[in-house]
Amino acid sequence: MSTNAADTTAIAGAPNHGKRFLTIWIVASVIATPLVAIFLGDLLPPGDASAQATQQVFDNSWLLTISTPIFLFVLILLLYTVFSFRARTTELVDGPPMRGNARIQLLWMIITPAVVLFLAGFGTYELWQSGAGGGQGPNAAFLPAGYKQALDVQVIGQQWAFTYRYPTYGGVETPHLVLPARTLVRLHVTSLDAVHSFWAYQLGVKADANPGVDNVAYVQTKGPEAFDIHCAELCGLWHGYMFDTGHVVASAQFASWIKQQQSYFAPVMKYLPKYSTSYLPDPQRRAG
Amino acid sequence: MTGRLGLKIAGVLAAVAVGGILIGFYIGGWVQPGITPYNPVAQTTTAKPTVNLTLQTVAAVGPTLSPNPDWVSYLVRDDGRWKRSTIFTLPAHALVHVTIYNFDGASGLRNPILGRPTGLVGPEIVDGKPITVMPPDEPSHTFAVPQLGIVVPVAPVGDDAKNQCGYAPCAMSMAHRTIEFTFRTGKPGKYRWQCFVPCAAGFVDGFGGPMQTIGYMDGFLNVV
Repeated sequence: MSTNAADTTAIAGAPNHGKRFLTIWIVASVIATPLVAIFLGDLLPPGDASAQATQQVFDNSWLLTISTPIFLFVLILLLYTVFSFRARTTELVDGPPMRGNARIQLLWMIITPAVVLFLAGFGTYELWQSGAGGGQGPNAAFLPAGYKQALDVQVIGQQWAFTYRYPTYGGVETPHLVLPARTLVRLHVTSLDAVHSFWAYQLGVKADANPGVDNVAYVQTKGPEAFDIHCAELCGLWHGYMFDTGHVVASAQFASWIKQQQSYFAPVMKYLPKYSTSYLPDPQRRAG
Repeated sequence: MTGRLGLKIAGVLAAVAVGGILIGFYIGGWVQPGITPYNPVAQTTTAKPTVNLTLQTVAAVGPTLSPNPDWVSYLVRDDGRWKRSTIFTLPAHALVHVTIYNFDGASGLRNPILGRPTGLVGPEIVDGKPITVMPPDEPSHTFAVPQLGIVVPVAPVGDDAKNQCGYAPCAMSMAHRTIEFTFRTGKPGKYRWQCFVPCAAGFVDGFGGPMQTIGYMDGFLNVV
């Protein structure tokens, strides 16, 4: 079997498809890639309500920019092939002889793993910064600067609502999530029944809520802003309705709000279990 | 040959389509088995419309009202008769006066925070007395509309109460508790409501069957 590159283009009078395709692809990539990076990058989710969200936008823009020439390669190759190698007559004839091309195959084997390994390295480095807003389990490995002073907030999932506990404020539990602006928050995500997933979209936080597990996620809030909260794990009949709106508010407003919550929920405080990193009040089974 | 292949493909596509439709009908029927909405008449003599909603909660819905006679359920009083529906059509920005007659015993809350009535206009009244909290071991059920911030724990019938109800609908002469409260509906929309107490006896952790099926312990407020 021959592996000479010239063999595949040895048909007399035929255009050099490889060169032509590469020219089109390079021109298209040189034009499209900067346009995508400049105009689409900042429009990507999830926004900039937290340092983690901003970091995710940066990651997403990079990934989109890198994938633009790859996408164009596949698309142009497909269109070029469909157009250039279409059957021009209804007559049944043999196609040109096709042989392997060691140079192309070698390039393919080098470029593909290189792209994948680069993305793996890039993703790992970005994750290393502060956990990228993801749940890290009970012993978080990726710690942001100043994590020891972070405000602890427990997120409790149950069928079908999230509630929130503030251990720094006497363990008061509330049905809505309010966070102070420009504060590092350590979320302890857990569940008291099925598996849920706490997803604060604009904050760039997503962490599974498992019964008996303390899933820690860090988020550095920015200015006052509202954000959407959803459950991202199919958890039963009302999973689709398990949503709420959270708020990042100014510190003074947060202090006033938490005081109000402490006062309103004072009658029920004596029935709440002592604060713990998981939330499984006794008895753990009821009518089942 | 090509014709036969085409027929085969058409046959497979038709089978997939029919299968999909049947599965859709099955799931639709399972989730919402023959539930017709309850449309109470609103009183509009005052500036804001007011509506009365009268419910009962029962430990076993009985064979006359459900194909699942042993399931726990809410019922609504419609034109003097008890009906199994959990879809209520209510006017927007209306005051809704709710009375729940509970004929069921205690199951208890998984999360004690839900023992604190919230989101109401005025207090929750249990047997004529206002309450600010219900201990977590007590509630039979809750009436909760999370999107409106409403949580109402429902007080239980004591285990030693005489003349307890078997199958619903339960007569008012049987042992029951009376829970009254008022809430405001707000803007038009579709709001789900649910019971937070894992009260489905016979199901894993009390959270299967009637807790996962509209028409028993879950429903909608269609605010129009």
